[in-house]
Amino acid sequence: MATEAIARPPAFERIPLGQRLAANGLDAVTALCLPAALFIIALFIYPFFYGLFLSFEPKKGDWLANYQRFFSDSFFYGTIATTLWLALPVTIINLVVAVPVALQVRHMRWQRVLTTILVLPITLGTVLVAEGMLNYLGPQGWFNRVLMTLHLVSEPVKLVHNYWGVMLSLVITGFPFTFLLILSYVTGIDAVLEQAAATLGANARRRFWHVLLPLLMPGLAITFCLSFVQAFSVFPSAVLLGAPAGPTRVISIAAYQAAFEEYDYSMASAVAMVMAFVQLAIVVAVLGVRGLFYRGPAAGAKG
Amino acid sequence: MMKDNTIGARLWRTAIWLFVGFFVLNLFGMIAAVVTSSFATRWLGTWLPAGWTTRWYFAAWSEFQLDDILIVTFQVVFAVVALAGLLGVPAAYALARREFPGKRLVMLLIVLPLLVPPITFGIPLATVLYRANLAGGMSGVILANLVPTVPFVILVMVPFIEQIDPRVEAAARVFGAGTFRLFIHILLPLLIPGVLAALLLVLVRTIAMFELTFLTSGPTSQTLVVALYYAVFAAGVRAVQSVDAMAVIYMVSTLIWLLVALRFVNPAQIVTRAKQQTAN
Amino acid sequence: MAIAATNFRELRLDRLSRDFGTVNALRDVTITVKRGEFICLLGPSGCGKSTALNCIAGLLPATAGSIWLDDKRIDNLRPEQRGFGMVFQNYALFPHLTARRNVGFGLLMRGVPKAQAEARIDEAIRLVRLGEQENKLPGQMSGGQQQRVAIARAIVVEPPLVLMDEPLSNLDAKLRLEMRAEIRRIHDEIGAATIYVTHDQDEALSLADRIVVMREGTVRQIGTPRELYAAPAHLDVAEFMGFRNRLSGKVTAVAGDRVTVAVGPTTVTGAAHQPIAIGAAAIVAVRPEDMTPAPASTQSFAATVTASEYRGRDFYGLARTADGAEIAFRADNAIATGTPIHLSAAEARVLVFAGAA
Repeated sequence: MATEAIARPPAFERIPLGQRLAANGLDAVTALCLPAALFIIALFIYPFFYGLFLSFEPKKGDWLANYQRFFSDSFFYGTIATTLWLALPVTIINLVVAVPVALQVRHMRWQRVLTTILVLPITLGTVLVAEGMLNYLGPQGWFNRVLMTLHLVSEPVKLVHNYWGVMLSLVITGFPFTFLLILSYVTGIDAVLEQAAATLGANARRRFWHVLLPLLMPGLAITFCLSFVQAFSVFPSAVLLGAPAGPTRVISIAAYQAAFEEYDYSMASAVAMVMAFVQLAIVVAVLGVRGLFYRGPAAGAKG
Repeated sequence: MMKDNTIGARLWRTAIWLFVGFFVLNLFGMIAAVVTSSFATRWLGTWLPAGWTTRWYFAAWSEFQLDDILIVTFQVVFAVVALAGLLGVPAAYALARREFPGKRLVMLLIVLPLLVPPITFGIPLATVLYRANLAGGMSGVILANLVPTVPFVILVMVPFIEQIDPRVEAAARVFGAGTFRLFIHILLPLLIPGVLAALLLVLVRTIAMFELTFLTSGPTSQTLVVALYYAVFAAGVRAVQSVDAMAVIYMVSTLIWLLVALRFVNPAQIVTRAKQQTAN
Repeated sequence: MAIAATNFRELRLDRLSRDFGTVNALRDVTITVKRGEFICLLGPSGCGKSTALNCIAGLLPATAGSIWLDDKRIDNLRPEQRGFGMVFQNYALFPHLTARRNVGFGLLMRGVPKAQAEARIDEAIRLVRLGEQENKLPGQMSGGQQQRVAIARAIVVEPPLVLMDEPLSNLDAKLRLEMRAEIRRIHDEIGAATIYVTHDQDEALSLADRIVVMREGTVRQIGTPRELYAAPAHLDVAEFMGFRNRLSGKVTAVAGDRVTVAVGPTTVTGAAHQPIAIGAAAIVAVRPEDMTPAPASTQSFAATVTASEYRGRDFYGLARTADGAEIAFRADNAIATGTPIHLSAAEARVLVFAGAA
């Protein structure tokens, strides 16, 4: 104790500024993150605010004209409902199906094979999936041929160029995404907790409701947000597989058309801001609900 | 493990496997349909085409000027990979090794571009790039693609660097290595596996990145995936087999890199990196 | 309301076996546990003791053999149908439930009426002396407190049998001693049978009514702590009970269970618990604390000290004989390395086993 006190420098103010900054973690090494941070500020944060201000400088009319136009013209405001009507059911279906599948797959030896297969549609991307589905789900495609051969339907089911085409493409790319996220949460739950519940008399169903699900809730909330935001920003498949003029005129199509067909960047920015706001609102709502649940680690409290 | 063998449990397991099987079957069916069509002479109203040919590949190659597009694609992709590595790896090192005021804010800054979908931030970004006369050319496409990839590199690299024991670096200094030699002899060899994995993932993601490239590219800066979009969009102008041949070329160029990447990373990493950071 | 174990007479494992692929983790294990008994499964890691416990709990299906609770065969029941209590190595407390709700989990699963459940939870919490901690989450509690919650959770359902899998291995030395006494007290108070897995012979000796020593998936010996300590029936068991010195020789005389063995130029006499013939190869086993400096004679080992260290009350050393055998010994005074020395052990402290080292 005593030696420590003596070793301490007599006056704190005399330490050079560099050393004082370094003591707070600010030195040359810390500066290495500056270029990346500046880059993101310049090309992500700045454009966002630029767009926000631009949306209040409409081509004609007063500063709120773009938003007035958006919320008075069903051609615009209708896209919110259209997009929600696609994104919410898809997200919920993907989530509800992915949980039991992930619970079944977690102990499987073939896990890596399955995850590799499921990474395919994510890697290939929505454009390729759209092209594949136009062929596969089309009236002459293999899917309809199988249904007809099995006498499940008498004439081809219309699955492309409508709501269902977009819906199915969101499942094909969205389910693997949701599943892989949930699988990583599920494998984070210590298997011994389930064994403990079993020795205490809980059968498989009650182990799920009383132990697994509560521990999974925070992960499910995050997964819901990420999956929803992805589905809500659907673009290429809504154009290629849907009916972009009507039933699948989603909000990103409206933004794209304003920018690149009408060259009204101000209006396009306004639509993009509305899109961002709806996404944010849903995410905040879900994370707010998440706050009601247990959020600590999902392993045993120690070890 | 505990295995429940009541009839209900078995039915439940069977139902789950049936669903997984059905999903995978349709996924492969969809991919196989594209490949089959690209080799078909004529395929209308039958299970399989009337005959087989490779001529659509030659047709697609000249019709869509695929040599130009492929050159542009790989120029864009490798520029993005190199720049993302240069910007991302040092930043990841700083974030892994230092605690400083405002670090949480920097982390938030880095996570955001991965959480906000590209189409949402792409439109204001494209607007800014057009106003700055950067969009429409290669530089705009590269800059736009860097926005999600730099954070991606950082988020993959931070945990990788954290698991390298800092005492190794301290030991090198004790034995007399200066900053430069420390970097060459100690840090670089230790970092290379992680950097390689991160950059391969960036490569795969950039080839497949449609929205940002679509919003910022001009006629001379289209990548393969954007060209494919236009080809599918204008269906009827060209033979469908020709479009499918192009789709197969795109698929192969993506999957080769995916296979290489999977030698170094777990497939789930392509999806789950962003989440582990936000979950805290 | 007092917590008392569900009544039963005995639990029987009958030639229980478990394979992992081609590895026999457990081979023909037969044990009978009586109500009220405290049984320790003792052995080094990988000896099959945890496998045996998991088979009893139903967490791991056995590949052969059967488990009986009185006249009821239970090895085909799922864990939730067996009704045993189990304390896991890392406690396995549910991190999202408070200590109180962790304890009440088994009662909730059994549909015990609320008022009755609350009373039993109170009693279990009192029994393990958890006190004020009951509304904390496991993450906010110390290791010892979590341990108490884990025990309360296992006993509150009044199981006929409590299974414990190395429950003290995560605690520091002082807390380990304290919780050891607690576990025995709780066992005596509720009257269930306890099967306790450990690799620590001190723990087994101090806790158990009977110890089951396991090695390579088989039972080597079952006996009371005194029996095992004084008369291990097998060389493996002797090693586990601290017989570190093992010297090879030849039997020269047999008188009842008194056997004389020639180890090089030295003759040693000790007790053999299995029949052994004159001329047979034998191993002499002695604990280091029983091997002490002695005058030179035909009954003592001539050796040279190679190391010695101070252990507080006395000194422990290593010495090497002319044949190259190493002997660990105890001495009252420090002895310098290189000093020639003679070592011997009292006859009552020497065990003789058939076989070669």
